[in-house]
Amino acid sequence: MADLVSHPDEVKVVSRRFGMGATNLDRYLEMDGYKAVQKALGMGAEAIVNEVKNSGLRGRGGAGFSTGLKWSFVPKQAPKPKYVLCNGDESEPGTCKDRLIFEHDPHAVIEGVIIAGLAVGSHTGYIYVRGEYRYLLDIMQKAIADAYARGFLGKNIFGSGCDFDIYWHGGAGAYEVGEESALMESLEGKRGIPRIRPPFPAVVGLWGGPTVINNAETLASVPHIILGGAEWYANLGPPKNGGTRLFCLSGHLKRPGVYELPMGYNLRKMIFEVAGGIPSGRALKAVVPGGSSTPVLKSDEIDIGMDFDSVAKAGSMLGSGGVVVLDETTCIVKFALRTMKFYQHESCGWCIPCREGTDWLKKTLIRFHSGGGVKKDIDNMYYLSENMLGRTFCPLGDAAAMPTMAFIKKFRQEFEDHLDGKPCPFEKAGAAVMV
Amino acid sequence: MRFSDQFEQRFAEMLTHYPTKRSVLVPTLLYAQDETGYLSDEVIEELASRLELTALDVRNVISYYSMLTTKPRGKYNVQVCTNIACMLRGGEELLQHCEKKLGIGHKGTTPDGLFSLEEVECIGGCSWAPAAQVNYDFHENLTTEKMDRVLEGYAKKVTA
Repeated sequence: MADLVSHPDEVKVVSRRFGMGATNLDRYLEMDGYKAVQKALGMGAEAIVNEVKNSGLRGRGGAGFSTGLKWSFVPKQAPKPKYVLCNGDESEPGTCKDRLIFEHDPHAVIEGVIIAGLAVGSHTGYIYVRGEYRYLLDIMQKAIADAYARGFLGKNIFGSGCDFDIYWHGGAGAYEVGEESALMESLEGKRGIPRIRPPFPAVVGLWGGPTVINNAETLASVPHIILGGAEWYANLGPPKNGGTRLFCLSGHLKRPGVYELPMGYNLRKMIFEVAGGIPSGRALKAVVPGGSSTPVLKSDEIDIGMDFDSVAKAGSMLGSGGVVVLDETTCIVKFALRTMKFYQHESCGWCIPCREGTDWLKKTLIRFHSGGGVKKDIDNMYYLSENMLGRTFCPLGDAAAMPTMAFIKKFRQEFEDHLDGKPCPFEKAGAAVMV
Repeated sequence: MRFSDQFEQRFAEMLTHYPTKRSVLVPTLLYAQDETGYLSDEVIEELASRLELTALDVRNVISYYSMLTTKPRGKYNVQVCTNIACMLRGGEELLQHCEKKLGIGHKGTTPDGLFSLEEVECIGGCSWAPAAQVNYDFHENLTTEKMDRVLEGYAKKVTA
C-alpha cells in the first residue's frame, strides 16, 4: 500500500525483501526464508544471545538498549512460562517503518520472535499490531497460519524436538500501549496503564512470567544477524551501534520516504541527498531526529552521524528513526503545540505530573499561539516541563517534556514574537484556528 | 445478540491463545464493533458475560482506546491525521476541507449516516503525508482534490 522509495546509499538488510512478494511463504523460502531459525536451532541459547550481543543490535523502538543484553536478563529457570512479545504498536509521530516490515516481510518478524524465544528459553510468542493497521494484522494472521501449516510453528518445529507457538494480537488505538509495560496490560485485556518497575518485564512480565519485549524492526533484524554473523552486522555501523536502520523521512522534503541506511549516516546528507532536500528552494529551519519525543535540532546542528551515541552527544535522541524536517515557513510554537496536543491526548492519566503537566502545557501553548501569551509563560512552560522529567511512571511524561524544553531553549525568539497580542508571524491572514 | 460465523470462529480460536479469558478483550471489542457499528449496551453485556467480567470492566477498557466507540458513527469513518508530519504537509487544510465538504466537525456524522469525521493522531503515514484513513483503508499523499475523489468513491459504493 505505502509507496516504496530507494536511494543508492541504502544498505538493504531489513528491507531486503520489500516489494519482492515475501508475504508469500514460497517466495520467502526462496530468499533465505526460515534458514536463520534452522541455524539458530543448532546454536544453543547462549550462542544466540552472544551473537546478538556482539552484533551491536540496539532496540529500534526508541530506547536503543542492547538487544542481546536485554535477552540475557531473562532468568534461565522460571516457575512460570516465559514469553516473547513483539511490539508492533508503532505510533510515535514521525514513525512509519514497522508498517512496511509487516506489509512486506511478515515472516522475518516471525523468525525473529522464534529466535528470541530460543535465546531465552520461551515457547510462546505474541505479535501485537496496532489497531489502525488492520490490513497488516490480516497479513500477519495469514503469515502465522502459513507457518503453522508447514510445521515451522507448533510442535517439534523443523524436527528439532522444540515446540514454539506464535499468536497475533490487535490493539484498538493507544500510543501509550507502545510502552512495554502498558503493552502487556493491553495484551492482558486491560487499559494500557504502565506498571511500576522493578520488577522488569524480563523477570515479571505477561501473566507474571518472564517476558522479552522487542520492537518489530529489532526482531526483523535478528534473522539477518544469525545468517550474516555478528561481525558483518556490527561493521555496517559505527562502534556499539551495529547495523542499519529504517529512517522514516517526513515533513518538508522533496522525496520523503522510508530509507534503510547504515547507522551513523550523516543527517545533513540524509535530508539533502537521500530525500532530495527541501522543496521550492526554502531554507531548513529544524529537524526532529527520532520521532516527536526527541529534542529538536537547529539547522546548524545537523552535521552528525545518525546513531544512538552521536545523536545523544548532540543533545537529542535517535529514538524511533522518525526524521521530521521543518522548513523556514514552520511556526515552532505551532509545532510545539501540535506535539503537546498529541501527548495530552495520549497521556493515560495514571500519574499526575504527566496528566496535569501535558494538559497545562497544551492550554498554555494554545493561548500562547493565539496571541494571548505573557512573557512569564515561556519560563513557566520550561519550568513545568523540567519538573515532569523523570517523575512519571513511564517515559510518556519525559517524551512530552523533552521536546518542549528544546523548542523553548532553541527557539525562544519565536516564542517572544508571539507576545503582546501579535498574530502568529507564520499563520496566513484569515486562516482558521485549528487547535 | 448474534455475531457473524467468522467472528465466532475467531473468538473461539483466540480464547485458546492466552492463559486468561480477558486477554482476548481488546481485539474482540474492535472486531465486534466492526460488525455492529458501535459498542452498544447489548454488545458490552454479551462480551462481559462471555469473558466473566462485569460490564463496568469492559466499559473501563473501551474508554481507554481511541478507536472504540459506544456511540453510532457513519458507515464510513473519515479519520484525518493532523499530527506533526501531516500538519507540515497540509493535514489541517485537509481536515478543514473535509469539514466543509461533509458539513460536519470532529466526531460528527452526516444526517444520512454515510460519513463520520474524526481528527486523529499519527496513523503511521508520515512519509506519505498528509494521510487519512477511511475505516481501515489508508489514503496517502492526499490533496483536497484527491480527497474529494476518495469521498466520492465511498459515496458511490453505497449507491452502486
